[in-house]
Amino acid sequence: MDWFDDWALTLAVFLPAVGMAIVLLIPRVEEQLIKVVTLLTTLVTLAVGVGLLVDFDYDSPRLQFDVNKQWIEVINSRYHLGIDGISLPLLVLSMFVTVLVVIYSWNHFPEPHNVKAFLALILLLEVGMNGTFVAQDLILFFIFFEIVLLPMFFMIGVWGGPNREYASIKFFLFTLFGSAMMLLSFLAIYFLSEAQTFDIPALAAAGGEGIVHGTQVLLFAGLFLGFAIKVPMWPFHTWLPDAHTEAPTVGSVLLAAILLKLGTYGFIRIALPIVPEGAQSWAPWIGLLAVIGIIYGALGCLAQRDMKRLIAFSSVAHMGFVMLGIATLTDFGINAAVFGMVAHGLITGMLFFVAGSVQERYGTREMSRLGGMLEQMPHMGWILAFCAMASLGLPGLAGFWGEFPAILSAYDPTLPFGLIGGTSGTLWTFRAYMVLAAIGTVLAAGYLLWMLQRVAMGKVKPEFEDLHVHDVHGPEWIAWTPMLIFIVVLGVYPDLLFRVTDPAVGKIVNEMSRALS
Amino acid sequence: VSPNVDFHAFAPEVVLTVTILVVAVVDLIAPDRSRFVSSRIASVGVLAALIPVITLAADGATRSMFDGAYVVDNYALALKGFFLVVAYVSLLVAVDYIGDGDYYQGEFYFLMLTSVLGMLVMASARDLVSIFVALETITIPTFVLAGWRKHNEASNEAAIKYFLIGVLSTAVMLYGMSIVYGETGGQTLLSGISSYVANNDTTPMFAVAIFLTIGGFAFKVSAVPFHFWTPDTYVGAPTPVTAFLSVASKAGGFVALLTIVRFGFFPSEESWEPALWVLAAGSMIYGNLVALRQTDIVRMLAYSSIAQGGFILVPLAVAGDQGAAQASFEAVVIYLLIYGAMNLGAFAVVIALARRTGSTAISSYAGLGQTMPTLAVTMTIFLFSLAGIPPFAGWFAKFVMFRAVFSAETPSAVVLGVIAAVMSVVAFFYYAKVARMMWFQEPATEVERASTRTVTPALTVAIAISAIVVVVIGVYPQFFARVGELAFQV
Repeated sequence: MDWFDDWALTLAVFLPAVGMAIVLLIPRVEEQLIKVVTLLTTLVTLAVGVGLLVDFDYDSPRLQFDVNKQWIEVINSRYHLGIDGISLPLLVLSMFVTVLVVIYSWNHFPEPHNVKAFLALILLLEVGMNGTFVAQDLILFFIFFEIVLLPMFFMIGVWGGPNREYASIKFFLFTLFGSAMMLLSFLAIYFLSEAQTFDIPALAAAGGEGIVHGTQVLLFAGLFLGFAIKVPMWPFHTWLPDAHTEAPTVGSVLLAAILLKLGTYGFIRIALPIVPEGAQSWAPWIGLLAVIGIIYGALGCLAQRDMKRLIAFSSVAHMGFVMLGIATLTDFGINAAVFGMVAHGLITGMLFFVAGSVQERYGTREMSRLGGMLEQMPHMGWILAFCAMASLGLPGLAGFWGEFPAILSAYDPTLPFGLIGGTSGTLWTFRAYMVLAAIGTVLAAGYLLWMLQRVAMGKVKPEFEDLHVHDVHGPEWIAWTPMLIFIVVLGVYPDLLFRVTDPAVGKIVNEMSRALS
Repeated sequence: VSPNVDFHAFAPEVVLTVTILVVAVVDLIAPDRSRFVSSRIASVGVLAALIPVITLAADGATRSMFDGAYVVDNYALALKGFFLVVAYVSLLVAVDYIGDGDYYQGEFYFLMLTSVLGMLVMASARDLVSIFVALETITIPTFVLAGWRKHNEASNEAAIKYFLIGVLSTAVMLYGMSIVYGETGGQTLLSGISSYVANNDTTPMFAVAIFLTIGGFAFKVSAVPFHFWTPDTYVGAPTPVTAFLSVASKAGGFVALLTIVRFGFFPSEESWEPALWVLAAGSMIYGNLVALRQTDIVRMLAYSSIAQGGFILVPLAVAGDQGAAQASFEAVVIYLLIYGAMNLGAFAVVIALARRTGSTAISSYAGLGQTMPTLAVTMTIFLFSLAGIPPFAGWFAKFVMFRAVFSAETPSAVVLGVIAAVMSVVAFFYYAKVARMMWFQEPATEVERASTRTVTPALTVAIAISAIVVVVIGVYPQFFARVGELAFQV
């Protein structure tokens, strides 16, 4: 399978681009053909992903399916792709969710319809998402990180809700500002690093060697802005509720399931290993922002009337747990963070799917107008209940394994490598975070059950009593079942994922601890 | 002794000169209905002039004439190639506008090609006199071009403003050059000035001279605070002329500035760096902030070109710092190449739409995504490229600019870099405004029915060339990067 080793990642990234080109060539009226081509493209891409899963060496922490070719020689930037145990689950998640999103869209494209443009944008989005997870060169990473913005901008702006213009431009400007600062840091890293390279593994192995402490702190700040806005961490989160509320259903799903992970992935892949001293100095502050995000997101949820907005705020809280895990700089915490990313992708993605379907049937997402879904469409109601349970971190479902270890890891961030610098001050700071995060889980249970109660339980409101609503239908079943299955499987057998991520996380933490000692 | 003239080295200029003369004569003798042939002759001439540029590049030897006052090296050839391609696309953009408008066709092409001839000379000029002559050859025809619609008041105003300020800036620049001449003991050759500057302390008088010379160029490239003529001239002039002004003639000014800094004043960085720093920062901040409020697309593009000029000045403003020279000069050239493609493309779309709707108001772009999707897609590509969003070429232009800033590593350079970063985010807002108008708004029906004119073949080719360059260079920037690198290879 030498051929596959060399080409798998290139295919994973650029097959959707080929599909997009074909879609663009098909006349706009041939909607059925466009849908079939898009679905086939995403399926073939997913097949490449399955091939990667089969061929991947799960015991090895090193980069696999490496491709390292010339790209922009003059600036020393190379076409370097590769995956390890951290990239692999996220890459496959991205391929997987894209397929489901296409299936979900099959018969209900949001207004103003235009199937061709919509699906072309989804494919372009996939190029950016897959590319970000496999890029091993800072400039290449930057390009893919940015490509994602375009399709999402148009998706929100063209197919979005009433306030879409504001939401789309806000989304773009926030992220663009962050990535401009990130690019400046990338360039500074290039010139300050001894090797003068953009190669991520090489820079990670060097671990910020030769860059003095103060500079590292500044560089990390630049990277932090780029990634934290994308995550988004409090106080940079304000674009998220707007973007989610206005985006069409599949836009919200992709945003929650994949796009937010680009930020957290960036922290793990780039910010921590390349400027470890900066990360060490910033870690307590990141932890603080993460915990504020957890509490603030939860309180924000309790103030919402719109179901989608509530889920958006819950995303802020959940990403807070992920960031708390990362901020501990421990093996344990980062593993939890990657797990949390995948789990949040599945669970919140599902919640947005359901919210979209509810909106489609009732024409509203106002929770005060909804009610009695279990009576009117029992399947949809139970799916919502299931996802709410998963989201609040019920043991046995995937959400639990993202949150619980992240909280636990904050108990002793000085172990096993003492990366935080073992002063008792920071130790107790993180323990305080742990308590606050634990309170956050209680609040999460509160708002999710509150939502469930208002939307699914009780009596159907008079205005919708006579409305004939269709329970979960064909494309929805096809799109949702795989996600629901994975939520259960990962919940029951979390080692499935921990086993994949652990070697790669261990390598990153090792590299950091070597650089810091 | 008669100077030793290498005719191969001069071939591009010769071909173009012959073309100019043929255009002038044909316009005299051709009957009215076949006046359009001058446009064809002009296009063929420009393409023909590219051939010797290519053979010279293949030859690779540096040819220096007139004691080093006129040099054909990689730098000159890269820029000549650029100017000729830009001239060709500008012709494509102009041809239908000029043909429709019942204007004086022959004169238009005559003047435009003369300006291009000035650009070719500029790329090779290496002494003060030839730089001055080249710059005036570029500028004077454009004064007339700006007033092309002679029965239109705005066009007249555009020409007069441009002319008066242009002449003023020439005077300032000449004054500066004359002081340089005196201070250096009679040097006009840039190499002579350079070695004088390297071996002598910069006197206050000499610093003033450098300042005045740079000020003169700042008018030409419409850098803040010397930009006042730009918006009115851009809006008043015929739009194809505006496209030409904002790309070709502006690039001519930048090349003059680059040449004089690179080959002349370079060793005295303490006297030119601060001036350029202020020009760069001012242009970026002012251009971008004022562009936010524009409602007319040409006016918006005028301010955007001021802002883009600021971005181009950024690397030049840090070029004197330790170890930054190579990366900075490369960045200026690469930025110019990319800016040429994306700005011409944007103007081509503006002209195509103005032919259709008769309007350049941004509001007339509403719903273009539904009514003319292909045009809307290409316009979106150009706008996002101007904003520096990957995967379109603009990102690489911005990138090499930031790279120059960081290779300088001085605090003032980094501050300029941060300003540039913040301002490129601001810039996105007004570029996106047009994109939002095209895609997020419903078309206004009466405008839609106003005209059934389709996009002409010439405009289609112009848009296609620009779009292909913007996309291909965006994905694979190595080609332009290599051109930039070769231009400064010793």
